[in-house]
Amino acid sequence: MVKIAYFDSSNSLGESTVMASAVTYTAEWPVLVSIIFSPPQNYPLYIRSVPTENELKFHYTVHTSLDVVDEKISAMGKALVDQRELYLGLLYPTEDYKVYGYVTNSKVKFVMVVDSSNTALRDNEIRSMFRKLHNSYTDIMCNPFYNPGDRIHSR
Amino acid sequence: GWMNKHLNLVPALVVVFYELDWDEPQWKEKQSECATRVEIVRQSLQGRNTKVAVVLIQKKTPLPPGEDVIASERAAALCNACDLSGKSLFVLPHTDHLVGYIIRLENAFYEHAQTYYYTEIRRVKSHKEFLNKTTHQLLFVRHQFKIAFFSELKQDTQNALKNYRTAYNLVHELRAHETNMLEIKTMAGFINYKICRLCFQHNTPLDAIAQFRKHIDLCKKKIGSAELAFEHAAWMSKQFQAFGDLFDEAIKLGLTAIQTQNPGFYYQQAAYYAQERKQLASMLCNHDSSVIYPNPDPLETQTGVLDFYGQRPWRQGILSFDLSDPEKEKMGILSLQLKEKNVLHSELIITLLSNAVAQFKKYKCPRMKSHLMVQMGEEYYYAKDYAKALKLLDYVMCEYRSEGWCTLLTSILTTALKCSYLMAQLKDYITYSLELLGRASTLKEDQKSRIEKNLIKVLMNESPDPEPDCDTAAVKASQKLWADRVSLAGSNVFTIEVQDFIPFVQCKAKFLAPSFHVDVPVQFDVYLRADCPHPIRFSKLCISFNNQDYNQYCVVEEAYQKSDILEQSSQGTMCLVPGKTRKFTFKFVAKTEDVGKKIEITSVDLILGSESGRCVILNWRGGGGDAASSQEALQAARSFRRRPKLPDNEVHWDSLTIQASTMIISRVPNISVQLRHEPPALTNEMYCLIVTVQSHEDTVAKDVKLTAGLKPGQDANLTQKTQVTLHGTDACDESFPALLPDIPVGDLQPGEKLEKPIYIRCGTVGARMFLVYVSYLIDTIVEGKEILCKCHRDETVTIETVFPFDVAVKFVSTKLEHLDRVFADIPFLLMTDILSASPWPLTIVTTQLQLSPSMTPVDQLESYVENVVLQTGESASECFCLRCPPVTNASGVATGCYIISWKRSSPVESVPVVSTVITLPHVIVESIPLHVNADLPSFGRVRESLPVRYHLQNKTDLVQDVEVSVEPSDAFMFSGLKQFLGTTISAE
Repeated sequence: MVKIAYFDSSNSLGESTVMASAVTYTAEWPVLVSIIFSPPQNYPLYIRSVPTENELKFHYTVHTSLDVVDEKISAMGKALVDQRELYLGLLYPTEDYKVYGYVTNSKVKFVMVVDSSNTALRDNEIRSMFRKLHNSYTDIMCNPFYNPGDRIHSR
Repeated sequence: GWMNKHLNLVPALVVVFYELDWDEPQWKEKQSECATRVEIVRQSLQGRNTKVAVVLIQKKTPLPPGEDVIASERAAALCNACDLSGKSLFVLPHTDHLVGYIIRLENAFYEHAQTYYYTEIRRVKSHKEFLNKTTHQLLFVRHQFKIAFFSELKQDTQNALKNYRTAYNLVHELRAHETNMLEIKTMAGFINYKICRLCFQHNTPLDAIAQFRKHIDLCKKKIGSAELAFEHAAWMSKQFQAFGDLFDEAIKLGLTAIQTQNPGFYYQQAAYYAQERKQLASMLCNHDSSVIYPNPDPLETQTGVLDFYGQRPWRQGILSFDLSDPEKEKMGILSLQLKEKNVLHSELIITLLSNAVAQFKKYKCPRMKSHLMVQMGEEYYYAKDYAKALKLLDYVMCEYRSEGWCTLLTSILTTALKCSYLMAQLKDYITYSLELLGRASTLKEDQKSRIEKNLIKVLMNESPDPEPDCDTAAVKASQKLWADRVSLAGSNVFTIEVQDFIPFVQCKAKFLAPSFHVDVPVQFDVYLRADCPHPIRFSKLCISFNNQDYNQYCVVEEAYQKSDILEQSSQGTMCLVPGKTRKFTFKFVAKTEDVGKKIEITSVDLILGSESGRCVILNWRGGGGDAASSQEALQAARSFRRRPKLPDNEVHWDSLTIQASTMIISRVPNISVQLRHEPPALTNEMYCLIVTVQSHEDTVAKDVKLTAGLKPGQDANLTQKTQVTLHGTDACDESFPALLPDIPVGDLQPGEKLEKPIYIRCGTVGARMFLVYVSYLIDTIVEGKEILCKCHRDETVTIETVFPFDVAVKFVSTKLEHLDRVFADIPFLLMTDILSASPWPLTIVTTQLQLSPSMTPVDQLESYVENVVLQTGESASECFCLRCPPVTNASGVATGCYIISWKRSSPVESVPVVSTVITLPHVIVESIPLHVNADLPSFGRVRESLPVRYHLQNKTDLVQDVEVSVEPSDAFMFSGLKQFLGTTISAE
């Protein structure tokens, strides 16, 4: 499962604040987790893939999946806002991976890429993983020293 | 071979057309000729079940069947002769309704063809019944496929689909081995294609997609011979491409696709397998050039065609799985590998990618499109078509840049840099280097360092080192190109506009103030900061303004020697140290013409390299900033983070904001303007406003001008009711202006004081704003430069105008009783009452009553209030005795007007007298029949007689009877008549 923790500490001079966030993974990880900032910028606040050798490809996968997220958001715009389901479900399947999406009310997007062969991850697991990710993200946002839009660093 | 045979060679029906009318005179001959023809056709179709039909082309319209006896007889005879059934003989009358007949013929032919295929299917089915699954597995597939194929030819698509599906399942039941894998896959692919096609035709796209997925899942792992793995990739690519084509075709026929399910994905996947094929091919087919193509060619068969699809040419007709001839096998594989070597993989990949791009464009996937275009660009790069690669990469770069995906941008830029290096495209090479060194690049430090060194080399007009991982042959070619570029003089100045990308030098220009007085030098700072790993020198920094005259003052230049460009120790002014912010301060004197105008920085140019070598001009539009800086500024503004303290002369880059324009405002005036007056103004008076101007300047204020009057921009009516003049002695009229502009006053010596009275006449009450504006010229010296400044000071004042007095008028009788109306010919009194409303004393100079012709004065009309001074709240009254002759007008008679001449008492000098005209009210005049007038002594004494005389006057033309009685009073005793009756005669 995914866990993002953060803490603040001031250095001994008390002059600057150091921000750190940590992501720890345990068994059954997705291939990639990413948090993407709200439009119009859409740049990744946090992106991490576990097999690092083909990272670029996954970055492209996440980036292209934003097309589908955009489309889904604009389609949902017509529905009632408060009844909106944050979980977008499977965005699109590729031959080897599945891409899932989740979007907060402030249009911050979470994208997760999992291996198609990983049958342990069903819709429910993905959903709860997203919820945990969202909680962690909310925690980070609650940190008064975090500046919205800054990249999130992981340890 | 078999399919071609049934599609193009073996007919289902042969039709013999023959021109023959029923009433043909030479019937016998014609009939036998026709029969011969049919026989010839039959002969050539020996052994086939092909149907034969005859069509007689006739010139006459046929009679209805049964009526023409000859016709039916002859038809029967003809059928006999040709050995045809009656159903296969047709007549095509060549008359008016040709089209109708043709359609009927077509349907008839179609029926015959269907019967043919039906019997063919029956035939194949009967074959199949003799087979058993264990020994005839291959034939099972074959027959099932044939049935499906015939069904399709029969246009029975439902059955065709059913049979194809069975065939597909049978294919996968086959025992797969390395030797027959290709054959199985070929067959499976073929049947799959047919199934998907039919599914799309039946408008069940989901079935098609499901079938395709199943197909791919089943076949993905069936790679076959490892040495020919590229064949599998090629096959996979082909499957996806074919499905994409089918999908696209279905869409063209009206199917609707969606964003997440469109042909683009299949083309993309096809391209992916094509790339894999290329990789495998390059791995498996990297034979030495010494390896020659085997002879005899194992791929040649004796007949030139294969017996069955997907079989190896050198293994035809062998059913066993064992390798009978290993040598032959090896040669076969080698020849296939050598053939693969000649395939233009990149071209295939690019075609597939561009197909996918076209699809994704249609289904609102801009990012997917960009991604594919990047892949296309990379493929062009591998195909050594660098110009096209660069074009594509350059096109999509900005999208990744604007969305802030730095890792992706860096990877694209790296490829683009390689392309530009290999083409020796100087400008592109420099641009990409600039960005790869910049803060948006995620390259490692050593990479950046290498790029920077190359960039410096380019700036010194040398060839850069080759980019890593480039094709060696291409590098050789490009080195030559670079050498040519070096020897080429001229065209070595490149201007690069930076606002569209993120270069490694950042720039911010900032005016120290939002406005500057013209007599103060304009100051601004330009901050530069480099993000590259090594310090970099520049040769010139210049700034351009909207007024180009200032450009010359804002240049930093240093002629530097070519040798010390990399010398780290000399950190002179012209060197940017990584991570440090450098500040350049500029100062210039604004021109006096620019007072009131905005001075704007239109561009900042930083020149790297030298004009002798190569020279790159980085051009920031406005006051600096590039593609990423606005977002960064926003983040910095939001941030609460405390910044560590820096030495005094350093600043935080993030805390700097761009201020690219400033206003030039006029010099602060050093004179005082005072206004002296006694408010409020009184209506119509010549109100005196004394303007005192005193110079506090050190030198002579020249050409002092005064503008005074009503401030423009107020109610338009006020302009007409306000007059301003410099001469207060005589009253002004409506023709005078409301504002006196630019009254020349002359020069003012230092300390000199000037007083100027202004007279204002306000015609209506209310508040008015008055403006007094003093302008002058003065010489000053700024930064050793003498300039003539224009200064001005203005004062505004609001003046209230009030009525000087209220005038009340009333009519009373001679006994001072109030009158609503007056009586004709009877004298009455007009009383006027002037109540001063002015806070200042007023002098009533004189008053004058001007009567209308209908009124006549009873005595002399002279003023009783001449030279009366009224304090606030005091009033002056006078009365005039008037008489009104009888009138017929009942509504009232004009009385005339009352003119008051007055002035303020306070000013000593002669203020003109103001005449205020007050129109007197109309009065109703009534005629009365009888006028009684009592003649009483003014006093009586006790016990003495008081003579009283009453005058009765008849005001009418008639004789009137009157009765007079006197009511006694207790205080008097009577003598004389108490009651009296009589007549009065008319007035005359």
